[in-house]
This record gives sequence, C-alpha cells and structure tokens, in this order.
Amino acid sequence: MELKDKLLSSFMVFEDRVNDQSKELNEIRNTAIKTFQQKGFPTKKDEDWKYTSLKSLLKHDYTISPQQESAIEFKDVKKYFIHDIDTYKIVFIDGKYSSFLSETTHDGIDVCLMSSALNKPKYKIIIDSYYNKAAKADLSLTSLNTAFASEGAYIHIPKNKVVEKPIQIVHFSTGNEVSVMLQPRNLIVVDENSHVQIIERHQSLTSNVVLTNSVTEVFANKRAIVDYYKVQNDNQEASLIDNTFISQKQSSNVSVHTFSFGGKLIRNNLQFFQKGERIDSTMKGITIIGDKQHVDHNTLVHHIEPNCESHQDYKGIFGDRSTGVFNGKVIVEKEAQKTNAFQANNNILVDDKATINTKPQLEIFADDVKCSHGCTIGQLDKDALFYLRSRGIPMKEAKALLMYAFANNVLESVKVNAIKTRINKLIAQKLGVNLGFDL
Amino acid sequence: MLHIKNLHAGIEEKGILKGINLEVKAGEVHAIMGPNGSGKSTLSSVIAGKEEYEVTEGEIFLNGENIEELGPEERAHEGVFLSFQYPVEIPGVSVTNFVKTAINETRKAKGLEEMPASEMLKKIREKAELLEIDRRFLSRSLNEGFSGGEKKRNEIFQMAMLEPKLAILDETDSGLDIDALRIVANGVNKLRSEDNAVIVITHYQRLLDYIVPDYVHVLHNGKIVKSGTKELALELEEKGYDWIKQEATI
Repeated sequence: MELKDKLLSSFMVFEDRVNDQSKELNEIRNTAIKTFQQKGFPTKKDEDWKYTSLKSLLKHDYTISPQQESAIEFKDVKKYFIHDIDTYKIVFIDGKYSSFLSETTHDGIDVCLMSSALNKPKYKIIIDSYYNKAAKADLSLTSLNTAFASEGAYIHIPKNKVVEKPIQIVHFSTGNEVSVMLQPRNLIVVDENSHVQIIERHQSLTSNVVLTNSVTEVFANKRAIVDYYKVQNDNQEASLIDNTFISQKQSSNVSVHTFSFGGKLIRNNLQFFQKGERIDSTMKGITIIGDKQHVDHNTLVHHIEPNCESHQDYKGIFGDRSTGVFNGKVIVEKEAQKTNAFQANNNILVDDKATINTKPQLEIFADDVKCSHGCTIGQLDKDALFYLRSRGIPMKEAKALLMYAFANNVLESVKVNAIKTRINKLIAQKLGVNLGFDL
Repeated sequence: MLHIKNLHAGIEEKGILKGINLEVKAGEVHAIMGPNGSGKSTLSSVIAGKEEYEVTEGEIFLNGENIEELGPEERAHEGVFLSFQYPVEIPGVSVTNFVKTAINETRKAKGLEEMPASEMLKKIREKAELLEIDRRFLSRSLNEGFSGGEKKRNEIFQMAMLEPKLAILDETDSGLDIDALRIVANGVNKLRSEDNAVIVITHYQRLLDYIVPDYVHVLHNGKIVKSGTKELALELEEKGYDWIKQEATI
C-alpha cells in the first residue's frame, strides 16, 4: 500500500483512539486530513519542492502510531542534551512522553505536554485562541501533521515573565520499529513582555529508518522575546521535515537558529508572520553536511505592517555528494512601509560533487523599504589556505579553521553560551578536527 | 641554510622565475630588490611552498634537504616563515588563538607536547611588548579590520612567536608609516641571531636603513642580475632600476 493510502486508512483508527474531547479539534483534524488527501505528498513538480525529492523516503512501510513503550537511561542520552546548565526538559521517546527524562513545570509558567493541553479544560482558552492558527492550512505536510497531532510540547509563558532556564524539547526514536513515522506537534505561546529560550532536537538512537514530520507554532505577543535553537545532527537514516510557523505581535523579537549537521534529508519550512509594528524577526542557519545528505531551508517572512525588520543569514558547507537548497521568500505588503529586510545565503562547496541550489524571492509591494539579498557559492580561498599552512597549520586543520571562520558570524547572535559552546564543538566534530583550544 | 640552484618556476605555463641561484647562510640578511613584476613575490611564495606555482627546473635546499616535495606547513615546521604582503583575514579566530594553534601544530609535527599555557602566555606578553602591541589587539579577530600597518606588525609578531630559522619578509615595509617601520625593523633586528637568516624583499631602500643587509640582490625578469653589498641598495635608490635593466639586456 502506498504511504498516502496507509495514512488515510490509519486516520480513521487514529481518530477513534484519540477520542478528542472538543468538537473544534475534531473539525480541525477532519479538514486537515481532507487537505492532505487532496494534495498528497509534495513532488518535484511543486515549485517549492523542485530540488527536494521525498520519493526515497516514502517507499518505506512506516509504523504510523508506534505503541510500544520503551525506556532509555539518561546516561545513554545525556550527550544529546545541553546538560551543563539547568533547563526544563520535555522529552519524548518514539512519540510518547517520557516523564522519567523530562523536567516540566506549572509553576507560574506551563511547560508540559500537548496531549494534556488538547484535552484538559484549563488549557481550552489558549488552545482555542492559538492552536492551528499560525500553521498554514493549505500545506499538505502540515495538514498531515495536524490530522494526526496528539503529542508534543506545550509551552505557555504568561505576561511579564523572564524564564531563566532554557527549555529543551527532545524527541528520541529507539528503533523498536523497523521504520517509524513521527508527527510531533508543538505549541508555544509567549505573552506580553515575556522572554523564553527554547532548544529543539530530534535524535534517532539506532540506524533504523525514521521520518519525522514536525509542526511547531510560536506566538510572540507584544514585546515578547523568543530565542529558538534547532539542533539537527541526526543519524544517517533519520529524516526530518520541520514546519515552523511564527506569528509575531507588535515590538516582539523572535530569532530562530537552525544548525543542520546531520540526517538523511532535512527540510526546514520556516515561516514568519509579522502582525504588528516594530517587529524584529531573525533567522540564521549553519549547515555542514557530507556523504549524500540533503538539507533544504525554505523560509518565508511576511511583512504585513510598517516599521518592521527581518534578518536572514544562512551559511552552508557542503562536502562529498551532499546537496543543499536555500529558498528564501520575503513578501512586503503595500502597508508595510519602512520595512528593513536583509537576506544572505553564503555557501562553500568543499567537493566537486556537492551541490547547492539557492534562490532568493522578493515580492515587494511597498515603495519605501530597504531590502537586500545576496547569495554566494564558492570554494575555500586558496590564498587563505596557503597563509594558514605557511604558519605550520596542516591542510585539514587549516580548512577547518577557514570553515569555522566562514560560519562564525552566525554563532555571534546565539545568546545562550552553553549552546554556543556546544555548537562550536559540533562544528569541530563535524569538520573532523579538534583545534585544541576554545574558539 | 637556504640554497637555491637554477630555479625555474611559473604559474599556468607562464614562466616567472628563470634560473635563480641564491645561497643564504645562517646569521645573514639578504635583501632582494627589483622593479615590479620582476618575480620577487613569486620567489618568496615558491620558497614557502605555494602550490599554485610550479617548479619546472632547479632545486631548493633547506639545511641540505631538497624541499620540493614538502607542503607549506612542512616547510614551516622546518623553520621557514613568510611574512605576507597581503595577510588574510580570519574572522572569529583571535590573534592569540591563531598563534597558539600555529605553535602547537608545529610542536605536534615535531612530536612535542603542546606548549604549557603559562609559558605561552609569557611568550605572548614578551613578544607583544617587543613590537609595542596592545593586549586588546591580541583578542581581535586575525587581520579583520586591521590597518595596513597593524597587519604587518601582526605578521612580525607571529614571526617572533614562531622563531623561524629562515624568515622571508615580503614587502613588509609597504603600508607602514615611519614609526611603525622603526618598530617592525627593531623587532626583526632583535630576533636576528647566528642561527637564523632573513630575506628582505622590498622595492625601496627605506627598510634597509633599519634592517641592514649583508647582501643585496637585484631581481629582473626572473633572474638575479646583480648582487652586491648594502651599497648596491643605495645606488638603486639613487639611479632607479633602468640602468640594471639595460645592463641586463646587453
């Protein structure tokens, strides 16, 4: 059976099982599955999927709703956490919440589970106001997630709270099933003047096939500050389709840093909607991949109101036969005067067989705006390599140093030092060298 | 120390060096002068092992060893240092960290342990003082946003830290004002010893007032057309290069 048909028939079973309390939620699911039924999986014929094919991922016979409970020891997975600072943790194993590995809270803020939020009356107001309100209804993969959404992270920060500890959302898959499809769903609502930092990671613990189709909605209300970090350094057989929708209100500031270092195929759909004035949106990324890995960044910033800014800076280093895609769309509506929108995508192809497809798309309807975009594709500068080598630094280390320097300015805006250090280490590890000092 | 025999080298089929012979002994300072395009920078790059240049004929010996097969980093480990005319900017890597890496990679290549942090720190402080370099400067990203003079001073700082056996200063005087020139030259002179040698590549005589050479060579059209003592540099300053060119064509 084709995966699409399997999903459609599983949906009926799933719907009975989840037995949603709310009629609204039930309607949301049914509309979503219809959208997916109608559109199916995207193909290379879709303009937005021209350079990313899901074909090889869809041929597996995925388990749609893994039932088996599995436990893992913290010591075995410690390295996948940012563990040298105190954090809240919302951890899932094969899509199921792991209370053992988690550290949630209801003390002034809600850091807990989507399954509770969807079903308990006390969360109803928030769910009714926010759930599925930012996720775009016409996207087939997002709709697929919406149809099956039952578990994930639920974070609600009421107004005037600066959350001191970062929140880690970690999804593990254990390989209990030969191949598994996971569809986590996260909702993050940050009220006026509040500030939160979030780290998200998907990690497969075996070499079994995993396909994750994740949807995250982030709402930043007036003057809220949200810093979101996505660490993507998964196994060779793990693929991720990340759909993140960010809805911002007046004077809010949201940044998303995406570090893509591993996995078979990663597609990041990242969309920002600016619904107020003086909004700041930042999206940055470092991609370092090799083998036959594929990473696709598909971004959208929708400037709807005046006096807002957006900053995009994506750096990519591609080795072996890896492929990269950057497609950055910026829409500036007629009302959105005095918009400042910057976009940069710079790439280094380390090997001859590596590929990058980069495409900026600017649709500007306002006349008093400052928009810039630039993309470059290059190789490591030979003169720079010679310079480093002439100082006694061997080729491999010299290349690593240059690649580090190339990606460096993306790290500068990382506000959590523990993350910066971790990413530094991951970069060094990814480049296969230890430079032996703290960069 | 350095013995170059009948060196022919070029880039992409184009011959630039056409038979260089040069011998530099420990303790000596040699100046190589010559008009633009005569091959001065090519010679320094070829000695340091830049791979874009192809050696088509002749040999370079360092301490009796033919270094043709050695990469730039291996030549550096053998004690060759090139002060670049145009040093490269490395954002995100501080001067200090860069120098530490260079020193420790060289030690690693020689089978030595990393230099202890306290020793490193002491050495950095000492050499920074010698070149009148501010401590804040050392934590800046390597060459990023440096003025021409700062870049050159930083090159000599690296030289001081690495303590090479053979230092090649490629147009180190360009972009330096007179004060910076004095500081840089003073640094180089302090580093001179009976065990090391310096090749100063320059267009002008100015630097040679401060770093006094034992020998002066004039490079023209890929060949050393005249060699002499420091008086030759003064003569060149006075008369320009035209007479050399004429002499060479006869």
